Amino acid sequence: MTTTWAELVGTALLGTGRRGGTPEELLDAAALAVARRRAGVRTAAAGARPATAPHDPRPPLPEAARRRLSLLLADRSAGGGGGSRRGAAPNLAELLPQWLAEADARGWAAPPELLPALLDAARARTDLRPDALALAGPRGLWLAELNADWRFALRAGAPGVVPDTGDPGAVRTLWEEGLFAERVALLARLRARDPVQALELLRSGWAAERAEDRLMFLDSLREGLSLQDEPFLEQALADRSRNVRATAAELLSALPGSALAARMAARARTCVAWDPTAGRIGVEAPYECDAAMERDGVVAIPPAGRGERSWWFGQVVDAAPLATWRERFGGRTPEEVIALPVADDWQADLHAAWCRAAVRQGDASWARALLGPAPAPSTAVSPVGDPAKLLSILPAPERAEWVARFIAAHGLSEAFQMLAVCAVPWAEPLGAAVVDALDIARDAGSYPWSFSGVMGLAERCMDPAEADRAAPLAAVPAESADTSPGAGAYWAEAFQRLVGTLRLRATMLAELA
Amino acid sequence: MDGMDGQRTERWTADQVLALAPDTSSREAGAGLAAAAHWSGTGSSGTAVWGSCAGSGGTPYQAVADTAGPAFGCSCPSRKVPCKHALALLLLWAGGEVGPAAHGGGRPDWVTEWLDARRAREEGTERGERGTSGGDREAARRRAERRAGRVAAGATELERRLADLLRGGLAGADREGYGWWEETAARMVDAQAPGLASRVRELGALAGSGGDWPSRLLEETALLHLLARGCLRQEALPGPLAATVRSRVGFTVDSAELLAGPTVRDRWLVLARHDTAEDRLTTRRTWLYGEAGGRTALLLSFGAAGRAPEPALQVGLGLDAELAFHPAARPLRAVLGPGHSAPLPGRVPPGVPVAAALDRYARAVAGDPWLDAWPVVLASVVPIPGGAGWQVADADGSDAVPVVAGGAGAGAGLWRLAAVSGGHPVTVFGELGHQGFRPFTAWAGTDTEPVPLTV
Repeated sequence: MTTTWAELVGTALLGTGRRGGTPEELLDAAALAVARRRAGVRTAAAGARPATAPHDPRPPLPEAARRRLSLLLADRSAGGGGGSRRGAAPNLAELLPQWLAEADARGWAAPPELLPALLDAARARTDLRPDALALAGPRGLWLAELNADWRFALRAGAPGVVPDTGDPGAVRTLWEEGLFAERVALLARLRARDPVQALELLRSGWAAERAEDRLMFLDSLREGLSLQDEPFLEQALADRSRNVRATAAELLSALPGSALAARMAARARTCVAWDPTAGRIGVEAPYECDAAMERDGVVAIPPAGRGERSWWFGQVVDAAPLATWRERFGGRTPEEVIALPVADDWQADLHAAWCRAAVRQGDASWARALLGPAPAPSTAVSPVGDPAKLLSILPAPERAEWVARFIAAHGLSEAFQMLAVCAVPWAEPLGAAVVDALDIARDAGSYPWSFSGVMGLAERCMDPAEADRAAPLAAVPAESADTSPGAGAYWAEAFQRLVGTLRLRATMLAELA
Repeated sequence: MDGMDGQRTERWTADQVLALAPDTSSREAGAGLAAAAHWSGTGSSGTAVWGSCAGSGGTPYQAVADTAGPAFGCSCPSRKVPCKHALALLLLWAGGEVGPAAHGGGRPDWVTEWLDARRAREEGTERGERGTSGGDREAARRRAERRAGRVAAGATELERRLADLLRGGLAGADREGYGWWEETAARMVDAQAPGLASRVRELGALAGSGGDWPSRLLEETALLHLLARGCLRQEALPGPLAATVRSRVGFTVDSAELLAGPTVRDRWLVLARHDTAEDRLTTRRTWLYGEAGGRTALLLSFGAAGRAPEPALQVGLGLDAELAFHPAARPLRAVLGPGHSAPLPGRVPPGVPVAAALDRYARAVAGDPWLDAWPVVLASVVPIPGGAGWQVADADGSDAVPVVAGGAGAGAGLWRLAAVSGGHPVTVFGELGHQGFRPFTAWAGTDTEPVPLTV
């Protein structure tokens, strides 16, 4: 049989009826040829091999932590369940960020077999990227280079992509040729290491940058801001872009020693003075917004519904150094200054501007004074400004203490923003206050989904060691007349999830130790 | 953490427990319920583990598991076995959170009842299997004869139909739609030759399937013709080849009968496990490697919809057990017989370079021309990702084989293989055939932990 395979296929296509021979002969010959072809399969020539992945010096994850990561990533790929009622099981997707941060902090290396799932997770959730990519390490980047789906990893400025900031040549090359995100990442890393060098890099091609890029780069100067940045920022006050000018002015006003701050202080002093005859603070808001004020970042056109003069007044006062007022009011402490009566209806404007100034200048003593003691249960909740922002300036323990007292007095309905700025894990009095307030809300007949935001925060932020505090609440209570029908079971489920999540977090963190 | 060191050897790992899950959703639901807060009245004694899980309703569900089977029971309405409660219970137990029951009277009545019922059922089945009387045997022989006659008639009809097909030419095969193939397949089902029927159906899918389909269709048609021929001339074939033909046509062999015959005892390393779900049936393939004898074996098991097939052998374990091989020209499929000790972690299996592995497939296909692939362990190979197709290549030298793409999650598995390798040589177990290599499990360097690639 010397017929070739192609001839056999040709005959089979047209049929033995036309080509001659019998079908049996054709099939016999083909069967023999197939067996011969299959038994004679040869190796192929190998294509170009990928380079080997760089060595990762970090120790591999402990076994239990590896299994945990595998579960957390599997839950994510299932898409998670949304909805207001999530059942009693912990929401694993919500725990992934915390797990990744802890694993990074501990210096573990991700297990290679989980890298694809880890990169997929980072691809889907940008909030996970920094920690996920750090954990993925050099092998993760090696892998990402091979798969177009994971290209984001090469641009995200993960360690390893950004060159060693100690190598001026590589830094210069990346700065001049890199993608925008790579350049932002490079600047941020350099700024953290050597603020002056970062500033030099930024100055080098400043005029040629696009306006929106200049804005982003300028923003990265917040980190490590000092008077050494002042000459550059003063120049930026004359920038072509309005947003760049505004950001430069804001940064300068955060430096109480800057010339801009001194100019603002002079303006503020002409507006605010002690009136000894009336025994109160007199306010004389600006009558115009001149070119010099605009150059210093004062926005001339107020938002709809806002009077021009009060608008300008607020901007002048919040950009002036807070030290101005101690000097202006005879060496009084912030508390004493705030307690002074204010003429006409200017108190709200003045105090709100001081709040913004305290936040911008990071002045804890003024923030403390403006917040005052946590309001008593009887008083209405009307702290000046935005208490969450003021709180974020206070030291973490003091912050937790204040919020705990606030919640004890006023419950949870207005506490969400404040809780969100508290350090994780929550200090003990804060966790206790939240659990007590939830217990009170349950007894008052509320439904748990009215508190799902706070519940979710508590699951993620409460100290896992405090799981026992919430455990007694996880039992289903007998229904009484003054509770909403069926609410007891839902509350029990919500508390079960809280306790379950806290215990899971405790286990999770212990596995990473 | 100190609890980990004191773990008893018979306690499973969470991985082992999760591997029992019938599907992803139960796996996740089980993991979610595996928190002590959901459970009460948990305990264990001997191979039994039990507990009550608070559900959304008023009455908690009572779940129990016998780790020796393994077997599971639960009072919940779920049809899945094991259900999420049983999984969660075993996860708790695996995590050391289920303590042993107080000696003696610690076991609740409902657990004892369940265990007794299960034992009674098992004994009943065994008696049923063994107690075949002489009269039954005669009836069975007559049934077998009748079936052999039907199958032979079916093979004859198939030959005639194939001859008609080739006389007219395959060129029209893709235009006729599925009609001819479906009709022929149905005839083979009537003839009690399911192996022939499924091959006919696969032919139908090949027709007009793109690429060089006429060549592939002729290959498979010729092999089907060879099988029908072999079926009709069984007496003239050597015994093992006749057995191969019979199993490919669709005759089954009784497992108990096989185990009653010669068995091979070895320390069997679990190389890989792969489930494929079709219609309402899940097929599980488990490959084993005999560390002393160097033989490879394939266990096939089936589970109805929603149930995980058993056994659930953990990849990487080594079992000292007896296997009975199905008779065949190239024996591979086997039945798992009695085990002699608890499974222990196995070693990395020895492997061969690409060319030697292809030789093994060639030798196998020379004995059994219907073999599409043969299980092999490739040692010291590097996966090469490529847009058009992946390769697996010898780390030293230039030999390579293409990687067979396709199958659910195959892409993710390949990337896992690349990640485990990192460009360095690895050991890979897979099936190698005329179409290429299909990887199932990888071992990185000196690391003895296997990484499943198909889950």
